[in-house]
Amino acid sequence: MKDNEDEPLLVAEGLTKRYGRQTGCQDVSFELYEGEVIAVVGESGSGKSTLLQMLCAQMEATSGRVLYRKRDGVMCDLAAMDEAERRFLARTDWGYVHQDPTIGLRMAISAGGNVGERLMAVGQRHYGRIRGTATSWLNRVEIDPVRIDDSPRTYSGGMRQRLQIARNLVTEPRLVLLDEPTGGLDVSVQARLLDLLRGLVADLKLSAVVVTHDLAVARLLSHRIMVMRGGKVIESGLTDQVLDDPREPYTQLLVASILPL
Amino acid sequence: MTAPAYNFAYLDEQTKRMIRRAILKAVAIPGYQVPFASREMPMPYGWGTGGVQVTAAVLGPDDILKVIDQGADDTTNAVSIRKFFIKTAGVRTTTETCEATVIQTRHRVPETPLSEKQILVFQVPIPEPLRFLEPRETETRRMHALADYGLMHVKLYEDIAHYGHIATAYAYPVKVDGRYVMDPSPTPKFDNPKMDGCAALQLFGAGREKRIYAVPPHTSVVSLDFDDHPFEPYRLDGACVLCGADDSYLDEVITDDRGARMFVCSDTDFCAGRRSAASSAEGLDAERRRD
Ligand SMILES: Nc1ncnc2c1ncn2[C@@H]1O[C@H](COP(=O)(O)OP(=O)(O)OP(=O)(O)O)[C@@H](O)[C@H]1O
Ligand SMILES: [Mg+2]
Repeated sequence: MKDNEDEPLLVAEGLTKRYGRQTGCQDVSFELYEGEVIAVVGESGSGKSTLLQMLCAQMEATSGRVLYRKRDGVMCDLAAMDEAERRFLARTDWGYVHQDPTIGLRMAISAGGNVGERLMAVGQRHYGRIRGTATSWLNRVEIDPVRIDDSPRTYSGGMRQRLQIARNLVTEPRLVLLDEPTGGLDVSVQARLLDLLRGLVADLKLSAVVVTHDLAVARLLSHRIMVMRGGKVIESGLTDQVLDDPREPYTQLLVASILPL
Repeated sequence: MTAPAYNFAYLDEQTKRMIRRAILKAVAIPGYQVPFASREMPMPYGWGTGGVQVTAAVLGPDDILKVIDQGADDTTNAVSIRKFFIKTAGVRTTTETCEATVIQTRHRVPETPLSEKQILVFQVPIPEPLRFLEPRETETRRMHALADYGLMHVKLYEDIAHYGHIATAYAYPVKVDGRYVMDPSPTPKFDNPKMDGCAALQLFGAGREKRIYAVPPHTSVVSLDFDDHPFEPYRLDGACVLCGADDSYLDEVITDDRGARMFVCSDTDFCAGRRSAASSAEGLDAERRRD
């Protein structure tokens, strides 16, 4: 049933979120195709995290909807799915990487348990095989497998972030949402993480939405970019085009502020 | 004063009806934790207030009650609960498992197989098996509702990763009737297989946490495990010095200050029964020899 691969994987239509009188996100629409990476950039409070959470039904939209094409090819409105199905998608077909790894990881559980959790959640019951898979994923994200039984509390910031990525990718999801995956890391650690992410996204043909403050991250990882301000998308297009030739004055300012780099 | 100081079994009839409704619901949904309006009891939490309320709700004047704590009838906790029901319900009590119609227990299932005519009431401190892994009540409820139990295996995974085997020895998680994951209360995992398909009704009461759950007679109770690390009911390797049983759950008793130790049955009634059977058999043998 791969006949509709040229349809989008995900469609956001008029997504709006209000927190009381405060607007989190307003009328955001876009399509995401398989293998495509979209960056969402914008200043603090512009609604990036709000958007990301609505895309995977972690947060209910005030209005608008999200359509997702499941593995059987059927396009579904997330709000119309039952919770069991959304949960299943969230742990098989989707990944969510938090800026703060202490939220995205279970800090009281070993690295191996963190990576194995999704496998156990979908019914794997062979300890040796779960551990084998966890070991190979630790290798893949460049964590020495001798650390498999250590708690992520003993890991550095960069290692925690890589562990979070392994924990999400172990079920080979099709869609990964990343909220500031390199935030709070040293520049050299950021560079290594970006390299790793870029390789994984390409190897696994992942579709991704990556939220970032950092235009260099957007440039390196994404095909398309959306610039947000005050909850709205004010400019979007191919990443290189937008960053090389921004039309909106706000985007021009954003781009200008990184020119010295 | 001729009027009794207490209503039968201490609780008023309204309260008992409320608890019975919770019990009926628990029986209808095996392993599901039913909230109930737990009452203050004239004993501190941790002394089995949940179990006592369940017992009070199911007890009738013709019942014969047995109370055990870690398998023994004569510990302070067991004695005080027994006295409580003698005083408030005037029921007969016993230490013999097969004579009892209601057995309230803390941390053990009797060794003697139970029958359809019996009810086993467990005292439960923490009813939520997912609590250790997921402290948020809203989240654990959702996990139960969706039968989303992967996290339970994460706990067993951690055991094997750190100790080489599933080290959980008490409160070993089980799946009831193929649906709800349940904490069998802090019984040793040795007792888990006895809960599986048990002929007696098993009721679990958590007073502080205000929950009741149940395993109806002849219901499957399966201990969670991995294909390559199957469940094993652990017992100390030895035999009871009093009755010689090598298949019962044993307590270790230190006999002097140099570390000498011996094993005795944790189930005191089971042990006494074996000893009296053995001595009467001996007596019979002796008589035969005399003839
Ligand atoms: N739970 C909430 N309750 C009320 N307002 C909220 C809530 N979450 C976010 N907001 C508001 O919604 C707007 C968008 O917030 P959001 O967290 O999506 O921004 P962001 O772009 O991710 O910011 P940052 O870069 O700082 O992470 C902000 O004005 C914020 O104050
Ligand atoms: Mg944010």
